[in-house]
Amino acid sequence: MKLVIRNGRVLRPDHQHGFALPGLTDLYIADGLIVTLQPAGSAALPGWQADREIDVRGQMVAPGLVDLSARLREPGYEYRATLESEMQAAIVGGVTTLVCPPDTDPVLDEPGLVEMLKHRARGLAGARLFPLGALTVGLQGEVLTEMAELVEAGCVGFSQANSPMGDTQVLLRALQYAKTFGFKVWLHPQDAFLGRGGVAHAGPLASRMGLSGVPVIAETIALQTMLELIRVTGARVHFCRLSSGAGLALVRAAKREGLPVSCDVAVHHLHVIDQDIGWFDSNHRVDPPFRAQRDREAIRASLLDGTIDAICSDHTPVDDDAKALPYGEAEPGTTALELLLPLVLKWAREAAIPIERALAKITCGPAAIIGQEQLAGSGAGELREGGVADLMIFDPDLLWTVQRESLVSQGRHSPFLGYEIAGRVNTTLVAGLCAFERSKGAAN
Amino acid sequence: MIRRHPQIDSQGRLRHLLCIDGLPKAMIERVLDTASAFLDVSDRTVKKLPLLRGRSVFNLFFENSTRTRTTFEIAAQRLSADVFNLNISASSASKGESLLDTIDNLAAMNADLFVVRHAQSGAPFLMAQHLDRRGKDIHVINAGDGRHEHPTQALLDAYTIRHFKKDFTQLRVALVGDILHSRVARSNIHALTTLGVPEVRAIGPATLLPGGLEAMGVQVFHDMREGLRDVDVIIMLRLQNERMRGALLPSAQEYFKQYGLTEEKLAIAAPDAIVMHPGPMNRGVEIDSAVADGPQAVILSQVTFGIAIRMAVLGIIAA
Repeated sequence: MKLVIRNGRVLRPDHQHGFALPGLTDLYIADGLIVTLQPAGSAALPGWQADREIDVRGQMVAPGLVDLSARLREPGYEYRATLESEMQAAIVGGVTTLVCPPDTDPVLDEPGLVEMLKHRARGLAGARLFPLGALTVGLQGEVLTEMAELVEAGCVGFSQANSPMGDTQVLLRALQYAKTFGFKVWLHPQDAFLGRGGVAHAGPLASRMGLSGVPVIAETIALQTMLELIRVTGARVHFCRLSSGAGLALVRAAKREGLPVSCDVAVHHLHVIDQDIGWFDSNHRVDPPFRAQRDREAIRASLLDGTIDAICSDHTPVDDDAKALPYGEAEPGTTALELLLPLVLKWAREAAIPIERALAKITCGPAAIIGQEQLAGSGAGELREGGVADLMIFDPDLLWTVQRESLVSQGRHSPFLGYEIAGRVNTTLVAGLCAFERSKGAAN
Repeated sequence: MIRRHPQIDSQGRLRHLLCIDGLPKAMIERVLDTASAFLDVSDRTVKKLPLLRGRSVFNLFFENSTRTRTTFEIAAQRLSADVFNLNISASSASKGESLLDTIDNLAAMNADLFVVRHAQSGAPFLMAQHLDRRGKDIHVINAGDGRHEHPTQALLDAYTIRHFKKDFTQLRVALVGDILHSRVARSNIHALTTLGVPEVRAIGPATLLPGGLEAMGVQVFHDMREGLRDVDVIIMLRLQNERMRGALLPSAQEYFKQYGLTEEKLAIAAPDAIVMHPGPMNRGVEIDSAVADGPQAVILSQVTFGIAIRMAVLGIIAA
């Protein structure tokens, strides 16, 4: 299969600033790889016989997005979402590589389950799926999983998902064991006791609304403990979904100290704060909770200074019944795969940074955290000659309104419902094949 | 996005009573004035007005309550409404029916007004918004939601204060005890600050005071003697049994010694200070019997005024 994409504005995000190729570019793709980039209008490649040409007329062409946390809800929660629906939501959102946490039912703590999931995903023409294995059996925080076996089955790292690790000794041993084999551990820092029962950021708003709070110290105390264990073990750790300025300050200091750590934030935390909860709107119930305005400002500053390596969607489809409950009983989670790009573009505009620089946080940044070795050297998250042709083609200025009906994901809950946002993916390529093309005239 | 307060309709009328937070001063004063007129009805031999004749009021108590439910029932009956008491905790909720299914079913029985108590903060908002979305012309009155608010209690407390003190704008009011878990305290803070009380104090140990009280216009005191100095109104809060022992407080005895209202501590307040309590009281835990039964206590007046306030709220919302 040979494909030419004509007249694209090519963006190449990288860890520093990224750059946009001047003018318009033609991309030549064959056998799933990008063969060459040529200035638009230059002479056809000798002997090149394209099976298909797509003229994108000045739309932006960038690497497919890499999402470090998307719950697909299989196995076990098929009433919330299915692999089919969520893989489709991913490519509609331009996400071509995604990592799923192990908090399925059963938990991803056995190689057979991981193989089954990968096999099911391969059968669908969607994003590339990289599961995280459970760090402990059943995420119970007691018994270590067979990490080496799980890696052979396809796990790219190990995680407790949102289940806090109460027993520090088990965490120490898990890190020692992972370090033995060089596996990366992905941890969501939240103290098992301080966060217990909390449903909102512990602050004036939670006090006023009579909601029990998750204090910032639930994050910082867990981080302090984990950082001490990393100093002792030398284990490589990725911190998932930080929420507070104080937590980010600890990560910043740890990086300066030279500890092998990285971190991400959920994309909605770039925009939403606790005050936005309004009158108990359960669409705003997420884990970790939306924090204060100064935390949001700290998140934005930490993205620019490099403390935060990646932005994830933290896509968590929840069924209507689980959201149509009083705030404290509603299930945390929001749909986000299809909002990842527009919400990052919104941040880029507000922070006045070039799109290619912002895109680094959802392309090469997260790809580096997964590791090119785990990605099988595919070049996911990059756009280069000889690299894999996982691409998304988008219009950064196209306005659309987020509505339940406009989402492909089975999760229909988001703080952004009703908002008009800019930026929409029109075509997604996975391994040089069109996995998604928005039909013309489909407005929303 | 700017959203209307869910208890106000597009004409600015009070459609539901969900919280005091955001309720305009004029609206609070209207409730107090209306209650004043209704108070006379309670003294007549024939204690009925035809205001809500033919209307159905459903008392939905997902959490147990005697006093609040009874006073709402009396208030609705004095306005000639048909009252139905549902003890939900014993029926559908325990059979696994969802909150909104219960509401839809009751709405189908042609209810006009729901009086709701629920253990979860915000539950009455969920119900009111659900009914509004379904286009149901049913009013919701919050009779206590979790730790959030208990608006009619704050209104009857404001009524009581106005009755005894006349003017809000010269007062010092102290709330004493478990503010953290108290919906009464939250509603009172909003009502008092809205009505122009210049000094609202919260007194209690740090374990029972939520963070951010200052942002609600409240001065925080840990020393009860200091906090009671020159106050005109003392509102004692109930300490739930399950909070008396554990990580919040070591014992009821120690609590009483530090924060129980005794005659000796009452003497620190202004000489004509009144003592209030939303009930039910724990004598010997938050309040000494000598004070509860003493001349400065207005606790039983609160109960009487409570009926008039609830009549006023029902009348304003549903008539």
